[in-house]
Amino acid sequence: MLEITDLHVTVGEKEILHDINLRIGNGETHVLMGPNGSGKTSLLMAIMGFSGYLVTQGEIVYNGKDITGLPVNERAKAGMGLMFQRPPTVGGLKLGKLLEVTSGGTREAVAEQAKEMNMLPFLGRDINKGFSGGEIKRSEILQLMVQQPDFVMLDEPESGVDLENISLIGGAIGRLLEKDKHIVNRRKSGLIITHTGFILDYVDANVGHMMCDGVIKCRGNPREMLKEIKERGYRECMECRKV
Amino acid sequence: MPEGLTTPSISAEDRERLKQSGIELSMINRCGSYMQMNQDVLHATCAAKGVEVLSIADALERYDWLKDYSWRVIPKDRDQYTQAVADQKSPRGYVIIGRKGTKNILPVQACLYLGREQIQYVHNIIIAEEGAELHIVSGCASGRHVGKGGAHYGISEFYVKRNAKISFTMIHTWGEEIEVYPRSASIVEEGGTFLSNYVCMQPVKKVQMYPTANLNGKNAVARFSSIVIGTQGSILDIGSRAILGAEGASAELITRAITRGGTIMSRGDIQGKSHGTKGHLECKGLILRDGIIHAIPEIKGTVVGTELSHEAAVGKIAQEEIEYLMARGLSEDEATATIIRGFLDVRIAGLPEVLQKQIDAAIDTAEKGF
Repeated sequence: MLEITDLHVTVGEKEILHDINLRIGNGETHVLMGPNGSGKTSLLMAIMGFSGYLVTQGEIVYNGKDITGLPVNERAKAGMGLMFQRPPTVGGLKLGKLLEVTSGGTREAVAEQAKEMNMLPFLGRDINKGFSGGEIKRSEILQLMVQQPDFVMLDEPESGVDLENISLIGGAIGRLLEKDKHIVNRRKSGLIITHTGFILDYVDANVGHMMCDGVIKCRGNPREMLKEIKERGYRECMECRKV
Repeated sequence: MPEGLTTPSISAEDRERLKQSGIELSMINRCGSYMQMNQDVLHATCAAKGVEVLSIADALERYDWLKDYSWRVIPKDRDQYTQAVADQKSPRGYVIIGRKGTKNILPVQACLYLGREQIQYVHNIIIAEEGAELHIVSGCASGRHVGKGGAHYGISEFYVKRNAKISFTMIHTWGEEIEVYPRSASIVEEGGTFLSNYVCMQPVKKVQMYPTANLNGKNAVARFSSIVIGTQGSILDIGSRAILGAEGASAELITRAITRGGTIMSRGDIQGKSHGTKGHLECKGLILRDGIIHAIPEIKGTVVGTELSHEAAVGKIAQEEIEYLMARGLSEDEATATIIRGFLDVRIAGLPEVLQKQIDAAIDTAEKGF
């Protein structure tokens, strides 16, 4: 589904992603780990095509098509979706209004999905204005539920979420990635940034990637990799020269 | 429902312009109507019990006491425009009276229509007696064919008695060569509420106004909301002032201004003169394409126990916000229009739904051009 080859990305004057290679097949979910500031969010933003993230080398191929130069909305239309870690507040724009626009006007279906995410009272509120960490996550998931992307990128879906809501969010992400379907029929793919690995309880991830200093240092079994990080921290990964 | 109005001399196109300004010739959702074309009073009518809509000439003849309200809150010599209206031999304009205790949610519409190149002089008096509730939509428009010049001088005096409420929603649809000088002021007594809404989404040469609410009674409330777009060549000098003159009085002044080549002066002034008063002033401006937005908020407290604040911001739409919506599949233009629509979306507390919808419709019409 997604094939990234030799990708270099510059933010401002500085190259922050170096020689990224990543291949995610249909129905696969990958997790991206690494210390703060290692470039994980930047990789997601670059894949989605945000203007501050300039691709200086390499290519992003999505469903066989080179999308490296496409604007953000074309990528969204092609089936890519992103859950933002820190989405901007859009003053005056009501969450319900945006969902109405993105859903193509199916108000009832939107209301049903909002109810599922405990977001009904938020439909009349300005997007992200005064939302708590957990409310932002639920709002982002709800927007993705309406959008129904084929390739789902999630930036720390668990951060700031209380214990009561974590299973709600985990379950919804599972459905976004068709984890309720038999593996043979699963088509949707995902790339998830996580520090805690909570998401692995809801979504069986196929591959884990360790990112340090803008480089993917290694890949492997996500649960084993997380266990190593929990026990030994990131230091050895950062010093690792095996790449 | 009152009967529809017949106004044979207005073209279909101009009827549409009037509709944009909130004037329903069908009288659907309206309880009364005043219509003035140039200096001719076409009608003054009201079907609702307890609400009177009269031309000012008729009203002054019928009610001797009315002269005590005429030129009381606005002195004749306030400025040249006011004086010019006061000097008219046969005054034009309307008087709307909500009798004691009358609650009327359906608005009275007041249409001031300029069909020729001339100056329109208007003097209005609006009185809500004790406990009465009056809603007015004032549609001010000019015909499409009005070419070079033309002006509107409109004086409006508002009297909100004890526990009464007036909402006044003014929607302007003038032409590019029209100058507009509304002069309005209100006196709000104890427990009274005055809501003043101003919407100008269409081109105009110049609008200059600075309506004032004198909150003279305990716990009186004033809310001013202005939603304006300055198009190429327009000068919009829009202010609002609240004088918190009695204990517990409060005021909120909200402005949303967008310029696409026009000049917008957004003035605001709250004066806290009494203990236990509160006032907040907010002006947000977006410069989309050239143009100037000059926000001049003023707050002045002169006693212990008044709380006044203001916030003003002028800027552009953040690229981050546009791309956020683009990530949901909206094109750049769609994302921009959606954000602007949100920016202009001011919910006005205490305003009947039918008027809020009227304001929304005026903005929606303009949205197509963003």
